Amino acid sequence: MEHYHMNLTLKVWRQKNSNVKGALETYQVKNISSEMSFLEMFDVLNEQLIVEGKEPIAFDHDCREGICGMCSMYINGQAHGPWQKNTTCQLHMRAFKDGDEIVVEPWRSTAFPVVKDLVVNRSSFDRIIQAGGFISVNTGNAVDANAIPIDKKDADDAFMAAACIGCGACVATCKNGSAMLFVGAKVSQLALLPQGAPERESRVLNMVAQMDKEGFGNCTNTYACEAECPKGISVANIARLNSEFLKAGLSTEEN
Amino acid sequence: MALTGLFLILFLIVHAGINSCIFLNDGGQTFNEMAHFMSHNWIMRFLEVGLFAGLFMHIIQGLMLWSQNNKARPVPYAFNQPNKNSKWYSRSMGLLGTLLLLFLIMHLSHFYIGTKIALYGGDQPHNLYEEMKTIFSNQWVVLGYVLGVVALFWHLFHGFQSAFQTFGVHHKKYSPIIKTLGTVYALVICTLFALMPIAMYLNWVI
Repeated sequence: MEHYHMNLTLKVWRQKNSNVKGALETYQVKNISSEMSFLEMFDVLNEQLIVEGKEPIAFDHDCREGICGMCSMYINGQAHGPWQKNTTCQLHMRAFKDGDEIVVEPWRSTAFPVVKDLVVNRSSFDRIIQAGGFISVNTGNAVDANAIPIDKKDADDAFMAAACIGCGACVATCKNGSAMLFVGAKVSQLALLPQGAPERESRVLNMVAQMDKEGFGNCTNTYACEAECPKGISVANIARLNSEFLKAGLSTEEN
Repeated sequence: MALTGLFLILFLIVHAGINSCIFLNDGGQTFNEMAHFMSHNWIMRFLEVGLFAGLFMHIIQGLMLWSQNNKARPVPYAFNQPNKNSKWYSRSMGLLGTLLLLFLIMHLSHFYIGTKIALYGGDQPHNLYEEMKTIFSNQWVVLGYVLGVVALFWHLFHGFQSAFQTFGVHHKKYSPIIKTLGTVYALVICTLFALMPIAMYLNWVI
């Protein structure tokens, strides 16, 4: 692929903290390599801001290899930018050309309040996991592999659901700000396996209750989440969440 | 939403089926008999109450969804490209539903009220077929009905398969069948409904 350099106009959301209003601010970056990742381009911009004596832009990042789910940026109207099944750190500047204008915003959701600039607080996801996204196991040595027989398809589906990195792109991109794809994946990965069976009913009921409490919106099956998910989590997991929820709701004896 | 939606989907089959009797070209005889049967039958009158309850619940649920989902994102994106990840009609169910409600107000004022007046206060048997011909002789009314049916098509096109997803049906073999079935259903129902005012306006039926 041909290597080139570009000058860009960036419109970035700046917000001091969650209590004040934010606004888009315009920055110019010059001589950006097409081989940089989007976050490296932000590093260049931040160094430039520091030299100018300005406050650098706060943004989340950790692994920079596409598996941690931290780099939440809404780039040019799409979660994690224009590439499919991709995180921001793996979005490379060859996705853009010289002279482009790029708008960068944080995830926008009641349940993900902005901490600063592009950093949002995704603790609501943690609280949903705490409500039921776990299994009970005996302590001691790890059991042998394949000690419990599991259907190949169930194992594969559970594995696909477990690929969710909890980045929040599904919520960010959903017109309703719904977290159904995240919760669907987290419920599915345990509901499909025998290890998840003991808490199967209480898990789905508690996780959905916590999801609603956090202020996420409702699913209207537009499937934008699946299209923007960096791990390609299928909306089949939302259907499974729905059926798990209906079954558990009908059979539970608790109120 | 899905439950009341599927109920209304079932109703539309009955509605389109009976109204299609106008295409028999018998001067509306069969159609009027069917209409008479439907309005003078206590089972149908009972179901009519259920239908209005279902419609009302569907609207209330839609409004609840709309209000909760609005609260989930108080600050909108300055720049968003929803077309990159989803279809316009799947995102426009509220708008399409509102258009359908406006259409329904027109539709019920045209036919439902007249039928009820004839049922309780009329001396002679109600000729609904002739009433249809009179109403559909106005080109603007015909246009209004066709636009209403177009809104109905997109609403059903998304709603049919969406209802099954909400009930947790997502299957490699069955989901494509459900989707095809929904498309065929929406096409057939909406074509029949659109042809009714057009056929009467253009005098295709006597």
